[in-house]
Amino acid sequence: MPLKNTPQRYGWLSIALHWSMAIAVIGMFALGLWMRDLSYYDPWYRDGPFIHKSVGIILLMMLVLRVLWRASNIRPDDAPSLKTWERITAHLTHLALYALLFAIMLAGYLISTADGRSIEVFDWFSVPATLHGLSNQEDIAGEVHEILAWLLMAIVAVHSLAALKHHFFDRDNTLKKMLGIAANPATPTSAQKEDR
Amino acid sequence: MNRLIALGFALLLGFGATAHATEYKIDTAGAHAFIQFKIKHLGYSWLYGRFDEFEGRFNYDPKKPEASSVEVTINTASINSAHAERDKHLRGKDFLEVDKYPKATFKSTSFTPKGDGKAELKGTLTLHGVSREITIDVTEIGGGKDPWGGYRQGFHGTTEFALKDFGIDYNLGPASRTVQLILDVEGIAQNMM
Repeated sequence: MPLKNTPQRYGWLSIALHWSMAIAVIGMFALGLWMRDLSYYDPWYRDGPFIHKSVGIILLMMLVLRVLWRASNIRPDDAPSLKTWERITAHLTHLALYALLFAIMLAGYLISTADGRSIEVFDWFSVPATLHGLSNQEDIAGEVHEILAWLLMAIVAVHSLAALKHHFFDRDNTLKKMLGIAANPATPTSAQKEDR
Repeated sequence: MNRLIALGFALLLGFGATAHATEYKIDTAGAHAFIQFKIKHLGYSWLYGRFDEFEGRFNYDPKKPEASSVEVTINTASINSAHAERDKHLRGKDFLEVDKYPKATFKSTSFTPKGDGKAELKGTLTLHGVSREITIDVTEIGGGKDPWGGYRQGFHGTTEFALKDFGIDYNLGPASRTVQLILDVEGIAQNMM
């Protein structure tokens, strides 16, 4: 599999970033929801937030890499069977996912650094506070973090259902492009076959 | 004319009546007043915090101390334990629920001098939507003229209560069921004789 994207499919770096971030983001949502109700004596009371913050910072670095990689790389062509509204909504959904991920991570950072403390990333390195000491910063950032996380999950659902719809109902190569099993030009996809 | 004289007398009498009990405004503007708390962490150490925003007044006459009274209103969201993540937790549903209960108040019902500058202050504390009588052990620290033409009077007080009595039952462990309040207030006289 090539490193870079080709007109037929995503390269392995895009695929690796997409799926590892997908798993991590959904895991982070579940962890975030769950850890808020832990009792003080729960063994996860400290580890839950520690892992959540550490993974969050790593996800932010991956997101920056991903956006840079996307900007410096071609995008595989959309399946030719896609209707105009499908192209537009798909691309708007992608933009919304990037924007929401960035906003959620920024809000999360502003919660934990509201008092000037830095965020420890797995005892590996720490990220210092920048903007801190705003009045009720941790509360406002917390509300934003939570609301946007729910909104992100709604958009993730739209994105995932659309991918499954294209794979199972339209039988085009939309999902295959991101699975790395999409056909190269020698083996046309079912959608391309139907076009002939 | 007669009415003016009568009004003048009324005003004089009015001032005369309040001249004994001086009304003091608690000096939160100059931060010469602190509402602090301490609670044990796991039973191994004391954790301190405070409420940064509150206001209050008290009446005090050294010749008639039993007539003293005090009223304080605390902005519960101003809780500050020097750790933003903890403060966020303390403001939330497990503790103060500041969205639902933005104010805590204390209104005195009696002040009983015990001699030697000590006194027992009773009153109603409303916290987390629950009103209960508490007793504060008070020590008079001092009072007198300040260098800028005003008159000040200060007290120290302590009290202790169970969080559960005010509907806060998050389990912090057996050593952390009660919280102590450490109150230090300095009032600036609003109406000197």
